[in-house]
Amino acid sequence: MALKGRLEDFGITQLLNLINLARKTGTLYLEGAQKNSYLCFREGKLIYAALEGVDDSLPVILQRANVFTAEQVRMIQTNMAGRTDRDVAQVLITSGRLQQQVVVKSVRDAILDLVYQIFSWHEGQFRFEPSKLPVQGKITTSIALENVIMEGSRRVKEWERLQDELPDLDIPLKFAERPTTPLRDVNLSVEEWRVISFVSPSNTIRQIAQFNNMSELQIRKIVYSLLQAGLVEIIRPPRPTTTPTGGRQVPEGMPQPTAAQMQRPAVKRGIVQKLISRIREL
Amino acid sequence: MQTLKIVVTGPFASGKTELIQSVSEIDVVSTERRISQEAERIKQQTTVAMDFGRITIDDELILYLFGTPGQRRFDFMWEILSEGMLGFVVLVDSTRPETFREARRILDTFRSYSPVPYIVAANKQDLSDAWPPEDLRIVLHVEPGVKVVPCVATSRESVKEVLLELLYSILELVDEE
Repeated sequence: MALKGRLEDFGITQLLNLINLARKTGTLYLEGAQKNSYLCFREGKLIYAALEGVDDSLPVILQRANVFTAEQVRMIQTNMAGRTDRDVAQVLITSGRLQQQVVVKSVRDAILDLVYQIFSWHEGQFRFEPSKLPVQGKITTSIALENVIMEGSRRVKEWERLQDELPDLDIPLKFAERPTTPLRDVNLSVEEWRVISFVSPSNTIRQIAQFNNMSELQIRKIVYSLLQAGLVEIIRPPRPTTTPTGGRQVPEGMPQPTAAQMQRPAVKRGIVQKLISRIREL
Repeated sequence: MQTLKIVVTGPFASGKTELIQSVSEIDVVSTERRISQEAERIKQQTTVAMDFGRITIDDELILYLFGTPGQRRFDFMWEILSEGMLGFVVLVDSTRPETFREARRILDTFRSYSPVPYIVAANKQDLSDAWPPEDLRIVLHVEPGVKVVPCVATSRESVKEVLLELLYSILELVDEE
C-alpha cells in the first residue's frame, strides 16, 4: 500500500519521522516544484538518495569531496565506463588508490548533503513505495534518521533566515568601496575565496554558485558572511524587487485545554457488557 | 430509561455521517446543508449541527451516536456534544493526508474536554491509497494504549467492530476502577 500525498500537507520532517518510527523499508519518491528526488530506506534508516540534475556516480561524488581531481575522474570514467559504482570502488580500493573509509564517508556526506537540500522543499508530491529499493550497483550506507531530522530542521530555520536576508540570487555582487573590516584582518576560508574570485558586476550570485558547484544554502551562507563582514555589496537592480520572501508561518500550536473539564459518566460494567452484546447482534 | 452517548468526530468529510448511518436503527437525524464554501466542495452536503443515530439496547437503555460537524466554523458545537459522553471515535479519512493535521487538532481538543476512552478509526481502508492504521498512529501521535482500528464507514460489520473496540476500551477502564 503506497503512502502518497502533498508536501504542503505532510512535510519532509514528518515523513522522515514516520519512516523512522515505523522502521520502514522502501523508497520515498518526491516530486518537488523544480526537481524530483528519491530516498531509499532500510528498516527506518537512510541508505541512499538521488536528486534530479545531480550526478550521483561515485567518481563525481569523490571529486566533490576533493578526493580526486576533475582529470582523475575523467580517466576513471574513461577506463571504467559501464561499470557500477560498487565495481569502481572495488577496483580503486584493491589497487590501493582509495581507502574504503574514504568511499564510505564521501558517499554518506553526499547523501546527507542531498537530503538536507530536500528539507527546504515545502511543495510537491510524495509517494512511498514499500520494499522497493532501486540501489542496484550503488554504494549504500546506513544513516539513523533522528540526527538527520534534527539537523535538517535546524538547516530549514537557517535557510529561512538566509532567504529573508538574501531573497534574490539573480543579482550580482561588487567589492565594497570602503570595506568595514580592515583587509589585513580578513581570514577567508577556501570556499569564501572561491566565491570572492568570481565577484564581478557581470556574475550573479546564482552563477557564482554554479561555477563553484555550490548549493543554494552554501552560497547564501558565504555571501551573507561576506556581506556581514562588509567585504562585498549587492548591486541592486534599477527597479525594486516586488516579490520579497516573507517568513514562513509558524505552525499551529496545540489547542489549549478548556477550563471546563468534564467528568467521565459513571457507568457500570454490566451496562457496558449489555452494549457490547447488543452491538454484536446488529 | 437510561441513555448513553458515544460521539463520532473527525475532520470534514471523513465519513462520520456514513458511519452512524451504517448502524443506526433509525434514519439518522441529520442537519445536512448544501456546501457553501468553495474549498469544501468535496461533497454535496455537509453536517452543520450534528448527526444523531440510535441503537436500542433494551427496554431501559438506549445508546445514541452523535456525529460532530466537520467544518471548523461549527466547532463551538463540539464541547456541547461531548458533554456526558461515554467515549468517542475519531474518524480519519485514511486516503487524505491533507486532513491529518486537522484530525490531530480535533483529537487533542476532544481529549482535553473529557478523560473518557477513545479510539481512532482509519476510514476507507478498502481503498488502495489508504494509509495503514499503524502509520496513522504515528502521524496523529496516538498514545500506545489507544487503539487505531481499520474501518470502512459504509460497512455495518466494520462499524460494529469500531464500536466494539471502543466499548472494550471502556470496559477495561471500568475493570481498573
